Amino acid sequence: MDYATIIEILDSSVRLGTPLLLACLAGLFSERAGIFDIGLEGKMLAAAMMSGAVAYVTNDAWLGLLAGIGAAMLFSLIHGLASITFRGNQLISGVALNFLASGMTVLLAQSWFQQGGATPSLRPGGRFEPITLPFAKEIGAIPGVGPVYQHLLSGHTILVYIAFLCVPATWWVLYKTRFGLRLRAVGENPAAVDVAGVSVIRLRYSAVLIAGLLTGAAGAYLSTSLASGFGREMTAGRGYIALAALIFAKWRPWYALGSTMLFGFFAALSYRYQTLDIGPLHIPNQVMEALPYILTVIILAGFVGKAIPPRAGGEPYVKER
Amino acid sequence: MSNDTTPGRQATAAPDASDSLSADAPLAIELRGISKAFGPVQANKDISIRVRRGTIHGIIGENGAGKSTLMSILYGFYKADAGEILIGGKPTQIPDSQAAIRAGIGMVFQHFKLVQNFTVLENVILGAEDGALLRPSLAKARKELLHLAREYELNVDPDEVIENLSVGHQQRVEILKALYRQADILILDEPTGVLTPAEADHLFRILANLRREGKTIILITHKLREVMEITDTVSVMRRGEMTATVRTADTNPQALAELMVGRKVLLRVDKKPARPGRTVVEVEDLHVRDRFGVERLKGVSLQVRAGEILSIAGVAGNGQSELLEVLGGIRDATGRIVLNGRELPLVGRPADARSRREAGIAHVSEDRQHTGLIMDFAAWENIAFGYHHDPAYQRNALLMDNAAILREAQAKMERFDVRPPDAKLAAKNFSGGNQQKIVLAREIERNPDLLLVGQPTRGVDIGAIEFIHQQIVALRDAGKAILLVSVELDEIMSLSDRIAVMFDGRIMGERLPDQTDERELGLLMAGVTGKPDGEAA
Repeated sequence: MDYATIIEILDSSVRLGTPLLLACLAGLFSERAGIFDIGLEGKMLAAAMMSGAVAYVTNDAWLGLLAGIGAAMLFSLIHGLASITFRGNQLISGVALNFLASGMTVLLAQSWFQQGGATPSLRPGGRFEPITLPFAKEIGAIPGVGPVYQHLLSGHTILVYIAFLCVPATWWVLYKTRFGLRLRAVGENPAAVDVAGVSVIRLRYSAVLIAGLLTGAAGAYLSTSLASGFGREMTAGRGYIALAALIFAKWRPWYALGSTMLFGFFAALSYRYQTLDIGPLHIPNQVMEALPYILTVIILAGFVGKAIPPRAGGEPYVKER
Repeated sequence: MSNDTTPGRQATAAPDASDSLSADAPLAIELRGISKAFGPVQANKDISIRVRRGTIHGIIGENGAGKSTLMSILYGFYKADAGEILIGGKPTQIPDSQAAIRAGIGMVFQHFKLVQNFTVLENVILGAEDGALLRPSLAKARKELLHLAREYELNVDPDEVIENLSVGHQQRVEILKALYRQADILILDEPTGVLTPAEADHLFRILANLRREGKTIILITHKLREVMEITDTVSVMRRGEMTATVRTADTNPQALAELMVGRKVLLRVDKKPARPGRTVVEVEDLHVRDRFGVERLKGVSLQVRAGEILSIAGVAGNGQSELLEVLGGIRDATGRIVLNGRELPLVGRPADARSRREAGIAHVSEDRQHTGLIMDFAAWENIAFGYHHDPAYQRNALLMDNAAILREAQAKMERFDVRPPDAKLAAKNFSGGNQQKIVLAREIERNPDLLLVGQPTRGVDIGAIEFIHQQIVALRDAGKAILLVSVELDEIMSLSDRIAVMFDGRIMGERLPDQTDERELGLLMAGVTGKPDGEAA
């Protein structure tokens, strides 16, 4: 494996890790406020389809992004209605949304475009194009750090940079602002927030809607950046992997960056190498492809230390008296 | 105070009493004709109180008397059906907590409303931040906390995380939260229920400091001793009504108890001297390690004879629970337990709770809601638990005879005066005192040789306490052995025939109730022993 290949794999890790990162931060906002969000998958899928469709029709990637965000936020609103207002079971609501997204995306895409549940391939304007950072070529000539700049830092779409900026932004909002303090509090002990005279319901809805915004971006990224159009079930379990990454990250923003990039790396590895030979060990294709999912199982089984979820997570808030 | 004072006469004297107290101080709170009904239940009926600034006003009453409802109305959780609230003489609407906070009311709930993994500072500013960014609020709160700590003995490390604080310190954080929000009126709901005696003393010092600085305090409690100790005036509630408001100096615990319950109650247990017989249980050199390997019992030896009550006094967590659990068959141990001259196994299946019950040990566990009852199950099912193998409860090899269990449960509940006497009601729908009666009915009616009782009256009303104590004494008088564990020294002093004090997994010494006092027991509970006892060290 030479230096160029390593850079290439890392570059690919970033591309594949970005939707996970966005979805993971979405889950972080929602779960830190005490609303479990197993519906990340469905929201991403709905967003991917809507942004693929709108980007194709308007030939404008930005309108596609907006449509994706709109779709995901609509799903968030349903989740909020079910689990916050009507105090339903958050897992069931999430699973229901996943099913709804799975069926509805194919149905709508088929009825709109008649291409077997996919959207047509996007033309150049409908896609987010890679951004070449200034002097990429010139700096790229420098041995060592040059290729890192040229290939790893430069050449991604705007959504990748936004996703990475979301990490410090999330950290800042969560730990440095009044909203963040209240958000974390409502996920730990909503009664404390309530007696302080702050609305639990409003806080939780805001959190859920932020999750919609971020999953919307994640879904749009899939169909307008990573691929060129929507394909059925194109999220391929990324929502669940993002949830695993969230647990791995112990619900913290910087850790989320690390854990999603790790998943991205495994995905990149399995794309790059159909099979892998480490010394005498031969890893077959099937194992390589399953790597991110295997990692998910390992993390969810709790092999990576104890992760303490927000204490009020999953429980609707009912005033005591 | 004359002896013939009746509750009724005190009630009529009430308005004068409260008016004559520091008549110059303006009113901090006045409630006029507050009423609140939940469906058919009238929780508050035409309640009026006046509390003057700079005083501590006690509100006492049994569970369900309407104290908490009244305070919830004052804190904006409920809207009163009728009535008026005046704060500082001005009519005030309190539709939500925010309005209560604005009106200068702070509330310290029985179950603290703190975010466990936040620091003290973060908890204090939550909901009272000055702007969208935290940094200035945190800095301001840090300064303010320092100031409050000096002024009121409210020291807490502002950067400590709540879950690392003792219960007493957590309560201080709740008080700090209220003071940080400029509360002039502080409502405390059963504040000492979770505190050790030393912590409770400290709390009262804090309250006295707050009073000195002109704060008004409303103390909701059912502990008469506290009312007598700290309050200036006291109101008594019964069944949603305010039955009396009196100056604390003009009343006594006996009179207050009668006002609360509505009939004469015995505060001290009426019992004849014990006539101890043969030794029922003998415990020798008992050792227990918990799952972390910490030794919780370090060689405990004791004996309980037939017809006597041996009480274990001690601050919670010094091995009393483990002792009960070992005897009750919930926990393995090493050492020796001899019951009725027969040595009992200490490990595994032969030492489980069922074997112990069959050997003649009944166990009223300390935490009735977790180990004494299954809260979602009906009373009749709960009365069968632990004894469900009883042949009388089986219809045939496969099926249980539910009708027989129900019949028996119903009879037991009536004998133990469980209210309501409805065996089909889920355990969680009974009040604390009646839940305890259900557990006692189950265990005592089996006529055990040894009764283990942990915290028999925790969270139980005065009226029920009297009944429960009578039942325990009756069992003693029937020649049974009783081992009682309680953190209430009052209860220990009045109920026991002998007192053993536990500290750090050891028995520090044994005393007779009429030859000791709370001071001496308190020292032993703290591990201070004047004359070393044989069993200690």
